[in-house]
Amino acid sequence: MKLLFNFLIFPGFLFSVIVGLMACWVDRKVSARLQWRVGPPWYQNFVDIIKLWGKETIVPEDAKVTFLFAPYIGLLSLVLVATILGRALIWPQSGFSADLIVVFYLLAIPAISLIIGSSSSRNPLASVGASREMKLVLSYELPFILSIIAVIIKSGGAIQLETILNSQSLFKSHIASLSGTLAFAVAIFCAMGKSGLGPFEISEAEQEIMGGTLIEYSGVPLSVFKLNKALMLYVMPVFLTMLFLGKDLSPVFMSLKFVMILVIFILVKNTNPRMRIDQAMRFFWIYMTIPAVLAVALAVFGL
Amino acid sequence: MNLKLKALSKSIWVFHVSAGSCNNCDIEILDLFCPRFDVERFGIQLVGSVRHADALVITGAMNRKSVPRMKRIYEQAPKPCVVIAVGQCALSRHMFRYSYNVCEPLDKILPVDLYIPGCPPKPEAMIDGIVKLVNKIRGIKK
Repeated sequence: MKLLFNFLIFPGFLFSVIVGLMACWVDRKVSARLQWRVGPPWYQNFVDIIKLWGKETIVPEDAKVTFLFAPYIGLLSLVLVATILGRALIWPQSGFSADLIVVFYLLAIPAISLIIGSSSSRNPLASVGASREMKLVLSYELPFILSIIAVIIKSGGAIQLETILNSQSLFKSHIASLSGTLAFAVAIFCAMGKSGLGPFEISEAEQEIMGGTLIEYSGVPLSVFKLNKALMLYVMPVFLTMLFLGKDLSPVFMSLKFVMILVIFILVKNTNPRMRIDQAMRFFWIYMTIPAVLAVALAVFGL
Repeated sequence: MNLKLKALSKSIWVFHVSAGSCNNCDIEILDLFCPRFDVERFGIQLVGSVRHADALVITGAMNRKSVPRMKRIYEQAPKPCVVIAVGQCALSRHMFRYSYNVCEPLDKILPVDLYIPGCPPKPEAMIDGIVKLVNKIRGIKK
């Protein structure tokens, strides 16, 4: 019963959706202010979602069953991630062993759901978007794993979120060391790639491939994909905060750190043009993987 | 009032269709999204795909090539969806009225909800028209 409550309401679905949509609003507002515009009111993203519920859902001819099925897989896994992270923050004893690995695998599922959904829509532009998303997944997973490995080494080989948080609150945050800083910088870019933000929104480039992976979606499935994106904006900063900035996680500091990482995302997004897919792969495999390997090596030597 | 309708009038996602225009109206439409007018304040956004659209903004004279495509685009848009004709060409064929290639004005082909005249119309005129349309939609369903 308590688990169901956790999954559906407090650290899970309802809470994370509300915080995620507010994070989306922060994104839109800060982007607007950077462009000298006023920007939408705070309830804009909620209105968007409610509006999409009232629209017609169009299923293309010959689309597979997975077309309508895919967005919910991503939503389910992201809510699960939000629940695990929230429980590890609030009730540290409730975690299970190796939940870091589980969180990491669950974070890969939204991209897979996007690939499945768009490639079952039988649209050529959607398949272009799906192939780009696939290449993006291939490119950002390696440095992301490496930066997490640096964190694991620094906290003494722990693959449990509770132990990582404990080791940070006992000594100091992982970011306050050379390897931690490097790994944090790498992880920020990988998280942006994961949430499809800024220079890495290659798979749904609106100007070149008309929305790419989302091109055939309308109505409720589109709103679920928008929710996925909002949840990503909630889950990724919280995950990074727990991994790198876990010294003091009282509610005030937690929300400050959350907003700080979010604003870093938004600033990088607004100051960089969208990359081509080959540029993105080169960026992740060379300019991100080398610092990540360096961070792992430094962490082994205890720096 | 109906919640979904209210949400629809608060967040209009616009798909921009050019049926062979001279680009003048298109530039004026893009002005709406720039700092001076900034219609994102009212939740109006440009979207990339017709499937996400709540409003089709159509510019330009409807020539023989674009008529069947326009019909297909309208059928692809999820309903409820409004059609906004921007510029004198879309309204009445303007200077192409006696052209062999431009047979019908837009409202003989699609159900147009809002006419914005002008060559090109000013951004203020477009905002005014959208406000009138929103008021009309809300008023009817009250």
